[in-house]
Amino acid sequence: MIPEFGHYALILAFCVALIQGVLPLIGAHQGRREWLILARPAAQVVFLLLATSFFILAWSFYANDFSVLYVAEHSNSQLPVVYRFGAVWGGHEGSLLLWIFLLSTWTVLVSQLSKSLDDFMVARVIGVLGLITTGLLLFVLTTSNPFERLFPAAQDGRSLNPLLQDPGLVFHPPMLYMGYVGFSVAFAFAIASLLSGRLDAAWARWSRPWTTAAWIFLTLGIALGSWWAYYELGWGGWWFWDPVENASFIPWLVGTALLHSLAVTEKRGGFKSWTVLLAITAFSLSLLGTFLVRSGVLTSVHAFATDPRRGIFILIFLALVVGSSLLLYAVRAPKNTMGGKFSLSSRETFILLGNVFLVVAAGSVLLGTLYPLLIDALHLGKISVGPPYFNSVFVPIMVPLLVLMGIGPWTSWKNSNLMTVVKRLWLAGLIAIVAAILIPRVMGDFTWLSSMGFLLAFWVIASGFLQIIRQAKTGVPTRSFIGMQIAHLGIAIFVIGVTMVGAYQEEKDVRMSSGETVSVGGYQIQFQGVRDELGPNYRAMRGTFSLMRHGKVEAVLYPEKRNYFSSTMPMTEAAINAGLIRDIYVSLGEQLEDSAWAVRVYYKPFVDWIWGGCLLMALGGLIAITDKRYRVKLRKLVA
Amino acid sequence: MKRFLLILLVLFSAAGTLNKAFGEEATPLADDPVVEQRLISISEEMRCLVCQNESLAGSRSDLANDLRQEIRTLIKEGKSDEQIRTFMVERYGDFVLYRPPVKPITWLLWIGPFLILLLGIAGLLIYLRRRNNEMVRTDLSAKDNQQIDALLKANEKESSHD
Amino acid sequence: MKAKFIIPLILFLVLVGFLAVGLNRDPHEVPSPLINKSAPAFELPQLADPKQSFTPASMKGQVWILNVWASWCVACREEHPILVELSKAHVAPIIGLDYKDKRDEAMALLASQGSPYLLAVSDANGRVGIDYGVYGVPETYVIDKNGIIRFKQIGPVTMELLNQKIYPLISELNKS
Repeated sequence: MIPEFGHYALILAFCVALIQGVLPLIGAHQGRREWLILARPAAQVVFLLLATSFFILAWSFYANDFSVLYVAEHSNSQLPVVYRFGAVWGGHEGSLLLWIFLLSTWTVLVSQLSKSLDDFMVARVIGVLGLITTGLLLFVLTTSNPFERLFPAAQDGRSLNPLLQDPGLVFHPPMLYMGYVGFSVAFAFAIASLLSGRLDAAWARWSRPWTTAAWIFLTLGIALGSWWAYYELGWGGWWFWDPVENASFIPWLVGTALLHSLAVTEKRGGFKSWTVLLAITAFSLSLLGTFLVRSGVLTSVHAFATDPRRGIFILIFLALVVGSSLLLYAVRAPKNTMGGKFSLSSRETFILLGNVFLVVAAGSVLLGTLYPLLIDALHLGKISVGPPYFNSVFVPIMVPLLVLMGIGPWTSWKNSNLMTVVKRLWLAGLIAIVAAILIPRVMGDFTWLSSMGFLLAFWVIASGFLQIIRQAKTGVPTRSFIGMQIAHLGIAIFVIGVTMVGAYQEEKDVRMSSGETVSVGGYQIQFQGVRDELGPNYRAMRGTFSLMRHGKVEAVLYPEKRNYFSSTMPMTEAAINAGLIRDIYVSLGEQLEDSAWAVRVYYKPFVDWIWGGCLLMALGGLIAITDKRYRVKLRKLVA
Repeated sequence: MKRFLLILLVLFSAAGTLNKAFGEEATPLADDPVVEQRLISISEEMRCLVCQNESLAGSRSDLANDLRQEIRTLIKEGKSDEQIRTFMVERYGDFVLYRPPVKPITWLLWIGPFLILLLGIAGLLIYLRRRNNEMVRTDLSAKDNQQIDALLKANEKESSHD
Repeated sequence: MKAKFIIPLILFLVLVGFLAVGLNRDPHEVPSPLINKSAPAFELPQLADPKQSFTPASMKGQVWILNVWASWCVACREEHPILVELSKAHVAPIIGLDYKDKRDEAMALLASQGSPYLLAVSDANGRVGIDYGVYGVPETYVIDKNGIIRFKQIGPVTMELLNQKIYPLISELNKS
């Protein structure tokens, strides 16, 4: 009975979202006040209805209601409660409901935090968001209803793929979707200003905190996914250029370009058309990603179970939303005025140049991801485009960008003297070169690739450091400035992590009997045998390994090989001893003759700096949002 | 002599105990680590055909195990990396290679990114030049210019932190 | 100046075009590079009598079918009756390649379900399978009188496939 309410809530939400989408937009166009003001309340009602629907679905999982088909397909009575909750978004229908629910969350937040924005603008922004919500709800109701019933109800569910029974996986999709969906706000603002014909700096000022917030979530979502893959998949990789990973990374690259472009539009009034185009593109890429993952068009470990009907629907939706936005852009964008003048050596130019590299990187990853599809569609055969391609192409594009990152903040708006900039930066260059020569020597092996990594990372760090010192002389830095420094530092930390792990990790594949040790990274790891263990919904072979250094035991590691009751595939749970400057990673392989085991151990130097860097990026963004410019508005609203 | 032998005996058993405390060093799983290294670098760039999207190096499926064994045999026979790749492509097609071979149908793929980069930078420079020229054309009076300069200076001081 | 603003839309529409076509393609279907090449040579023990062996060369001069199967393969059971149909049509002999299987279990399956094969051979370690680019049983090859592979089916053979592709191909090859 209760699931039916969830279904009704969805239908009602569809109707109200339709009102939210259509009336305010027409109202703004025709100047009808009584339609305009429907925007905010409609958004709030949709949010409440979707929250109800989502909560009911979650409840069905919690209560093990196997009369709901989706619950029966993705959950199981033996599944621990926390994973039952995560299972809500473990499949296509539920994750789509989450998507829409988060979209309505962002919409209602915009409706609440926009009191000082003029009504026409609010109506248009919420209207656009409403149209998107309506389209997606139609999709859910016609092809992907999570409340589809199963009569008679199943005795027990099929359970969640063991790979997904993990805390990382519980948080990864919501974070990611908050990011994807968050770009819809910038998108809506862009469309609203194109519709109103008024493309001014105020739009940029409004969009900026929302875009930064979305970007923060996307950064965290991607980082979480990467970290999860590292510890869960059992062999230490952290990025595979899988189509679905790329589907989240491409909008991130464009989103980063958008962030920087918005800064220029807000401050200097320039780049208005370009920024609008980026805003449209970022969200379009989010939608494209959604299409790629759910349509069966690409081969990926992440792909949801596919149904051609769904693919067609999303494609049509995508074509309508993005096509009409780009058409609107083509018609309205040429009409706006240009911003202030700036020279070739100004900060505007540097940011624009950085944008070019980011967008080219995004385009390249998109090209590689879609190329197999392209070749196949032209009946020219089947090829694979994998990590070797992406690494060869992406890294060279990032190199100049990192160089720019060290220079850009030193330039001034409108015009700057490049000689002065060079004079200020020579020390950073020196530090970078020293690091590039010394660190590989210290780590024991000089390679040009690792040297380059350190050169670039320390260039950025040193430049940032010098900026902070200079800034300290002239007064208290703004939160914007601090945010930028921390975010850029985060990127440098990330590069150090990637370089260290890529160049200096050690791996050993050995056969071990009880009592034997293996050495890696200056540590000795002693095998102490394997024991049978019983978990809530699995049986495990649990190994015990002592991690030792200079004869002293530093830690004990318990890697497992699990057999879940609901699956025939054995799962490897690696044991990781994480540290600030290294991870020791132990993975249990197959059991060999006479009770020996195949064991794989890794020494991964600085690997946690990869995700540490991402955390810093997110932190930088967060600090930037709390800049007093935006806080003043909040105070005004609350008052 | 007896004392000497006794001391030796004690020393050896002590060493033996130390060994037990540390344990024997485990033997590598692979028979030949050099072959194994080459196997990993070759198979990392190949697709596991029965998996959704995993490399031949990482996959634990039966076919992947068989194919890795086959590659080990080929390495031991002295085949070069190129010959091994050809062997795999002859049987499974280009699809098995994660690094797309450079042929006419993949020229766009390999050249594409750098082409877009060149276009992007060229486009940017042309756009900036044109923009500046257009700006120059709208000239203002000297008095207007002075006023504007003063206002802009004040604005810049405010925003020079960021 | 105005024209450049329409470029994003055009690029997008081209993309949508490709995606639309892509929806109708199956990314898992991989064409075989062995088409129109000689069927790789091998010599394997026969399933029924391991002392006897079989080589593809002995089939020269006639059109024949090689079917890769195994007793542990679920999809093979699906196609089994279709293969029996095919064998009854007597258009081309079918040789079964028992892939990575146990002899007794394979024999037992043929005994209980009937055998569509002229004879079956054992590829116990899968080595011959690799030479034929096998990656997912069942797989079926149509080989012409000169020992050239003309068609490969990945996955079970269906009645539809028989009628639309295999029968016509065999009669065409028989004519030459």
